[in-house]
Amino acid sequence: MTKSDVSQPSLWRRALSFAREIWDVLTRPSAVFSLGFLVLAGFVAGIIFWGGFNTALELTNTETFCTSCHEMSSNVFEELKTTIHYNNRSGVRAHCPDCHVPHEWTNKIARKMQASKEVWGKIFGTINTRDKFLDHRLVLAEHEWARMKANDSLECRNCHSAQSMDVTRQSPRAGEAHQRFLFTGQKTCIDCHKGIAHQLPDMRNVPGWQ
Amino acid sequence: MAQNLRLLAAGAILAGLSTVVMGQTFSALRGSTPLDQEGPPPAMTPEQNTSEREPRNYPEQPPVIPHSTEGYEVSIRANKCLSCHARTRTRESQAPMISITHFIDREGQFLASISPRRYFCTECHVPQHDVRAPVKNDFVDIDALLGRGSPRAPR
Repeated sequence: MTKSDVSQPSLWRRALSFAREIWDVLTRPSAVFSLGFLVLAGFVAGIIFWGGFNTALELTNTETFCTSCHEMSSNVFEELKTTIHYNNRSGVRAHCPDCHVPHEWTNKIARKMQASKEVWGKIFGTINTRDKFLDHRLVLAEHEWARMKANDSLECRNCHSAQSMDVTRQSPRAGEAHQRFLFTGQKTCIDCHKGIAHQLPDMRNVPGWQ
Repeated sequence: MAQNLRLLAAGAILAGLSTVVMGQTFSALRGSTPLDQEGPPPAMTPEQNTSEREPRNYPEQPPVIPHSTEGYEVSIRANKCLSCHARTRTRESQAPMISITHFIDREGQFLASISPRRYFCTECHVPQHDVRAPVKNDFVDIDALLGRGSPRAPR
């Protein structure tokens, strides 16, 4: 038996007694601070923590943050640059979170919690080379297609509203397709508009593709 | 040695001829820009997007694409053209089906779907731009030759 084996139980017991001490302090009424001070302090601390949380959240909701990983900047972001969602006549463009993070708070938090899986992927280098990325591309794309299919292409519709769409100003082909499939609710944006902002994965088993 | 001399002579005559040709003024794609300089590129025009079928100039001509194909991916992974023009997709898209000749492989065997040698559509089919022909062209199609008249025939 080594020395460390002997010392371990006592360390555990010390930690336990420390936790119990803290618990005792927390459950006893304050004898020094007034109730007003405690309420006010709690209020101020709440503002600071909540503001800090949201600021941090918004920081992770920027293109700079997304492209700070080479997995994003040298794959999907490079591909985006040649498409109309980055480069167009009027210079209005979409940033990563515009399409990939829901704008509504509850759904945004849900998506951010899902994104912890992406942190895992970053740490373990799941897609840290172009080849690995291409191998995973179908799975990654399917996640996004499923999300957009489920919320009726909400992120598209944040900018592209069917109500404001003037089919007479579209090409005959586009106008006809939108009237037949979009306005009747038969299809949602992502059903037809796959691969408009990034290159496509292997589409052989995707419905509607060859 | 004599052969070498003859070759040299032939070369000299050819060089002389090409100088004569270069001396003439004729319409070239580069216009009047000297050979060692790069002229201003012509302005880019938008792709025609009428979706109306263009007649072929001769029967074997691959039909041209009457719509914009900007951003359409045709790669080893995906083929955007086929998502409308494939046999199984034409009911929904109402687009013309790819020709049945495209199902034949190079051994003459009919396949169940498009032959790999026909997969890359834009090798033959191209979208159109509204541009002036940079070089004069007096192509006359067979209908005009036979006097049958065609919408494209010179009047």
